[in-house]
Amino acid sequence: MITRKVRKWEKLPGKNTFCCDGRVMMARQKGVFYLTLFLIVGTCSLFFAFECPYLAVHLSPAIPVFAALLFLFVIAMLLRTSFSDPGVLPRALPEEATFIEMEIEAANGNVPAGQRPPPRIRNVQINNQIVKLKYCYTCKIFRPPRASHCSICDNCVDRFDHHCPWVGNCVGKRNYRYFYMFTLSLSLLTIYIFTFDIVHVSTVLEVLVCFFTLWSVVGLTGFHTYLISLNQTTNEDIKGSWSGKNRVQNPYSHKNIFKNCCEVLCGPAFPSVLDRRGLMQEDSPASSTSAAPSSSSSSNPMSQTMKTTAPLIPNEHTPDDAKPSIAASAEKSDSPKEEDPPTPQPWVALIKLI
Amino acid sequence: MATEFHNLQELRHSASLANKVFIQRDYSEGTTCRFQTKFPSELESRIERTLFEDTVKTLNNYYAEAEKIGGQSYLEGCLACTTAYLIFLCMETRYEKVLKKIAKYIQEQNEKIFAPRGLLVTDPIERGMRVIEISIYEDRGSSGSSSGSSSVSGSTAR
Repeated sequence: MITRKVRKWEKLPGKNTFCCDGRVMMARQKGVFYLTLFLIVGTCSLFFAFECPYLAVHLSPAIPVFAALLFLFVIAMLLRTSFSDPGVLPRALPEEATFIEMEIEAANGNVPAGQRPPPRIRNVQINNQIVKLKYCYTCKIFRPPRASHCSICDNCVDRFDHHCPWVGNCVGKRNYRYFYMFTLSLSLLTIYIFTFDIVHVSTVLEVLVCFFTLWSVVGLTGFHTYLISLNQTTNEDIKGSWSGKNRVQNPYSHKNIFKNCCEVLCGPAFPSVLDRRGLMQEDSPASSTSAAPSSSSSSNPMSQTMKTTAPLIPNEHTPDDAKPSIAASAEKSDSPKEEDPPTPQPWVALIKLI
Repeated sequence: MATEFHNLQELRHSASLANKVFIQRDYSEGTTCRFQTKFPSELESRIERTLFEDTVKTLNNYYAEAEKIGGQSYLEGCLACTTAYLIFLCMETRYEKVLKKIAKYIQEQNEKIFAPRGLLVTDPIERGMRVIEISIYEDRGSSGSSSGSSSVSGSTAR
């Protein structure tokens, strides 16, 4: 048995890609993110190259300076949103999963053979409102309120807003404010460039890009401003969780626009609970042992049944073959380290990024 | 303090892990981090109720302090925004400072209170802030007492 130290990010389940030895965390599909970068950098380069000399001479040198600062702010916000952990909840370790299973079974009692067991739901009361916590079959946890499972990244994310292909990452608790500042500053930058483009048209391409960007980004900023003032997430808005039917109201809202905005934008900066760069021991077996294959066989049916194609709204399944695999994991003896099928070398992940 | 810590290591060597109890989150006041103070039945013979409740209440107070939305958090948020959040690359956030205090507190509690009773509290951050995991150890020398898996009844009343 060869024991070597690996970083925890190399062993994380889910479909994220990591870069810079775990410092950067993104979704797998990054094509649209590169397009976003290209559009912003390209349009601004045209602006600085063709417009700014004229504007600096004929109007004021402060104009390009402000544009440059705004451009840098936009890029900083984009990279922060794309590269940070959105608030991923780590999956339950075997003992915790077993503990939850036993609680569920005790609560359900005896289910007659042939009947479907009742759905796994836990009710909690938040501010005099009953909120249902759903069980995640992939992560084997009861999702905290406002958390949702992203089927693209295959993770449960706390305060899940949506998965944004433009930034190549989920938007959740930890990076929502950066995402909002990105859309807001991009709106301002687009309006700024568009205004001066109209004043002195130098490149038609620039005008076109700005025009189409304006409508989409400003609209998106407006939509998120609306959500923030109500302390709602995109996910809740799409699902109509607090739409008002059956007298359900948003229990998280402070009923005050200013307070809601302050909580979302100026609240505490939550740390990541993933510990991507922590070290752990990995035992690579010299010869075939029973440990690794048995764990992979019990986890594979899970991941196969959870594959979905819905891009924005995470799907939920109650697979019937979930029970045997969970029972198999409960039989496993208590071991301190995680057993995983062998993962590719870390540098392979870097090469995939290029 | 050092001798008690050695007791903790000796505990790990001479005792075997019998069972684990998971203290769940309390969402009655919203999504802020709070843990239930309900005393689990598995710990009844191991630790006094008041000691357990004090530990959980102190942890809850620490988390409330970290997540408090007030003058300091606004200042931190606005200042960070003006620097395009680059200041977070070199400065420790208030939450991270409180997390360090929590880690120290849990280590102290383990050394002073939990290890002498054959228990070990795991920092919630290592479990994604979902649960407080309390490991119950049994002396390898003791015979007859069940390994715990069959005696765990999920009958903690909800």
